[in-house]
Amino acid sequence: MKQRWSTWSLAAGALALSASAFATSPTPSNPPTPEMISFACAGCHGTNGGSAGNLMPSLASQSKTTIVDAMKKFQSGERTSSIMGRLAKGFTESDFEAMGDFFSKQKLHATNQKIDKAKAKKGADLQEANCSRCHLEDGKEGKDDTPVMASQWLPYLQMQMEMYLTGERKMPEKMAEKVKPLSKAELEALLHFYASVK
Amino acid sequence: MTLDRRNFIKLLGGASGLAIAGHAAAQAKTGSAAVSAGSAAEIMPKGSARRVVVIGGGYGGTIAAKYIRMLDKSIEVVLIERNKQFVSCPFSNFYIAGLMPDMSALTINYTKLAANHGIKMLHADATAIDAAAKMVVTSQGRLAYDRLVVSPGIDFMTDGIEGYDAKTPEIFPHAWKAGPQSALLRKQLQSMKDGGTVVIGVPLMPFRCPPGPYERACLISTYLKKHKPKSKLIMLDANPDVVSKKGLFTKAWNSYYKDIFTYIGGQVTKVDTKAKIVVADNFDDYEVAVANIIPPQRAGNIAVAAGLTDDKKRWCPVDAVSFESTIHKDIHVLGDATLLPSDGGAMPKSGYSANSQAKVCAINIVALMNDKPTTELSAINACYSAVSETESVSVSHVFKVVNGKIKITASAVSPGDFSIAKTEKAYGESWLKNVLTEMST
Repeated sequence: MKQRWSTWSLAAGALALSASAFATSPTPSNPPTPEMISFACAGCHGTNGGSAGNLMPSLASQSKTTIVDAMKKFQSGERTSSIMGRLAKGFTESDFEAMGDFFSKQKLHATNQKIDKAKAKKGADLQEANCSRCHLEDGKEGKDDTPVMASQWLPYLQMQMEMYLTGERKMPEKMAEKVKPLSKAELEALLHFYASVK
Repeated sequence: MTLDRRNFIKLLGGASGLAIAGHAAAQAKTGSAAVSAGSAAEIMPKGSARRVVVIGGGYGGTIAAKYIRMLDKSIEVVLIERNKQFVSCPFSNFYIAGLMPDMSALTINYTKLAANHGIKMLHADATAIDAAAKMVVTSQGRLAYDRLVVSPGIDFMTDGIEGYDAKTPEIFPHAWKAGPQSALLRKQLQSMKDGGTVVIGVPLMPFRCPPGPYERACLISTYLKKHKPKSKLIMLDANPDVVSKKGLFTKAWNSYYKDIFTYIGGQVTKVDTKAKIVVADNFDDYEVAVANIIPPQRAGNIAVAAGLTDDKKRWCPVDAVSFESTIHKDIHVLGDATLLPSDGGAMPKSGYSANSQAKVCAINIVALMNDKPTTELSAINACYSAVSETESVSVSHVFKVVNGKIKITASAVSPGDFSIAKTEKAYGESWLKNVLTEMST
């Protein structure tokens, strides 16, 4: 890194002296920063990871562990995906960490969506009784690699739950224990609750 | 292909006058430099703040303007865009094929973007650039910049098509810039009689949105199959083969549109809008009810007028880190108009590429203006194309820079069995929502 910087300084000096160098030499520069790597994700996940599309999750305020863990699973194929696995293969683990650094520092993205209030109310009780040990603070925070659920788009949450139930996405053991006894209506109520939290 | 003189004069018309046009034309011929800012009155005089001027409020320009302001509020940003609204090319094929009621889902304006980020909008035509004096000439006057971002999209090269003139797109629409052209093509399809022939003419690469023509073939076929089943759709492709997502599009054509659609190699060489005939270099004439002729493309007019294009007068060579022009200092070029040094595949001329490039450019413009080291590019392209009313397929790329050249570190397309195509259709819609929200807020 230090060496690269000095190379850059020298080159910059050379540029000032020689107009022809300007046209031919590429700008020497530092390796990609967390911003450089993560800004590119916003085309699908929204500016600073705040999603406006209801099938794309917000990445803003997810913990670094959550992001790195998800990207590694996409890359290895352990987590099934459409485009994410293909994209993840183009990045290194240190890129994933850079993404984690960036998105964990962004503010929670509050969404305004149509929520069934009765379902959300029922969901709040279910969250407290079943999920709150990992999905902390009404889903605004997550323990370790537990993702932030608050304000995620309902269609996204419903799609992921469906994938969990069909086995397409592997449920963590602790989650499976809690989900198994719940009815479909109860799970739906939970998702309405998370989507409503701001 | 040289610059069309008639368009060139028109482009440079207005306040700047013919003296400049003559000068610029001479300069453009030698492939060199600057256009004098001339006598146009100066507008928005620069104060003490450093200023970036961005030309073009599309996929690249809006994002460059926004991210420069997000990264450094002390830099003043002026965004020059001739229209009050922007209509997205991505997804406009749905509208053309009657699968969207209107263009509202494709349309954004600049009000919130400008207000949220303190971007100064200038709705004017940028007609020339004086690189030496660091001035942009617009239809409303000239204005000064410290750094300039040019994100002009594409314009057409029609010299190779006999009979093609300024009026041709009014009869044979290209619909390769979304808006009135998309509306015209849709209207022509809807008013044609069942049993007619529709032709899509695809130009040689490189052109804006490589999968676009093939998606259009799928969606127009969907329309014809449902509403005008005796009609035929013929694609005349100037390229030796399908240039994007070949296996996926071919599968769709064979499985869904066999009775409607034919893919033929052939470059459109002549058009006759009165007799409604399209001629291709495969020695065939086609009598058409509707002809969607997409001409060969180059960087948008302003880039050519400003001498930002290479010796072929086609695309703008730029540095792969800062997107600074290798011809003119302090001018950066984005999106479809660029020619990037690449090692292996180039970045496709797509909306997502322009979005991703604009952020790389913004980071490095802010670095350069603050005497900080620049940062190497890391960029993404993700592109969804419809193969039917309910199914889409995608291609994705990750790009890094190695030894000053752009290298693809991952590239892949959807599975060939369309097993996730319905999901990807829905993901594509979320993509559109996110990317247009990003550009407009």
